[in-house]
Amino acid sequence: MAIKVRIPTPLRKLTNGSDEVFAEGRNIGEIINDLEKSFPGLKERICEGDGKLRRFVNIYLNDEDIRFKKNLETELKENDELSIIPAIAGGSI
Amino acid sequence: MDFTEEQIERYSRHIILPEVGGRGQAKLLKSRVFVLGAGGLGSPSLMYLAAAGVGTIGVADGDCVDLSNLQRQIIHNTDRVGKPKVLSAKETIEKLNPDIKVITHHGRLTVDNIREVIRDYDVVLDGSDNFPTRFLMNDAAFFEGKTLVSGSMFRFDGQVAVFKPQKGFPCYRCLYPEPPPKGLVPSCQEAGVLGALAGVIGVLQAVETVKELLGIGETLAGYLMIFDALKMTFRKVKVMKDPECALCGPDATIKELKAYEEQACEFKAATCES
Repeated sequence: MAIKVRIPTPLRKLTNGSDEVFAEGRNIGEIINDLEKSFPGLKERICEGDGKLRRFVNIYLNDEDIRFKKNLETELKENDELSIIPAIAGGSI
Repeated sequence: MDFTEEQIERYSRHIILPEVGGRGQAKLLKSRVFVLGAGGLGSPSLMYLAAAGVGTIGVADGDCVDLSNLQRQIIHNTDRVGKPKVLSAKETIEKLNPDIKVITHHGRLTVDNIREVIRDYDVVLDGSDNFPTRFLMNDAAFFEGKTLVSGSMFRFDGQVAVFKPQKGFPCYRCLYPEPPPKGLVPSCQEAGVLGALAGVIGVLQAVETVKELLGIGETLAGYLMIFDALKMTFRKVKVMKDPECALCGPDATIKELKAYEEQACEFKAATCES
């Protein structure tokens, strides 16, 4: 099942500039692994070495944070959409 | 409070709004808001808060106006290059609205001074440019029981949220538990930012602040607004209160302010003429 994943600006270098990509998987962990196959380097930007999501990156399933669902094991259904939302800090200078 | 004739005219477009009225305007004039950063986000928020008649505005920034700031930091101008940003901001605010009392802090906020600095304000705004300051501000706002209106931006993306854990809503650490390690995320403006994006995000912060002060409408407490300037989309997602939050959760482990290491690109020699 192909799921739409929204890519934030800082990671678009890895997706050849695409802001939306599609990946295959039954749950979010599988989607991330599939994204890594298509866009090498993406996984390490959002996951720690042990595969857990980094603490300054959130993934939203539709409008809900997956940390409050089953995290990377959250299952997906057709027409679900994922968004990767990293913390951003800029404001001043 | 009694308005002067001039105030009735100045604030007439607020006063005729049933949601604001004379009472709401009087409330704004008695309100105190603190803005961290007189930069990209602070510029538009400070100007709209001043225009709205927020009676006391505190502003902290350790930098001086640089020519490269003027692409987005509209509270400053070309004549003020080299001047401390807080003084430049004060000058603009006082010209815009003489009703406003401006309190300036020219310097960095640290573990040692931030709680005291924000203590006397009703709402605090974060327009800072780095993660250590964002976490410091969040933690200080939590310990002082202040509502925090947070805005941030990067290239063409912006985020806005309202954090008020003291009212049962999530805090910044519920959303992002820890800052990124050094060097992993470009958090400085060397990555570039669309100037007008600062206006969009800073003005949204001002809107949320005024609503919080007046107690009207529904603010972004418990939500995160994500703006993508290239696609011109706004997305609002839920922010849950994290039961395991190290700051505001029931088993909190953070009991006092902690300082995070600054990222290399944030070091800069701020030399001021005055």
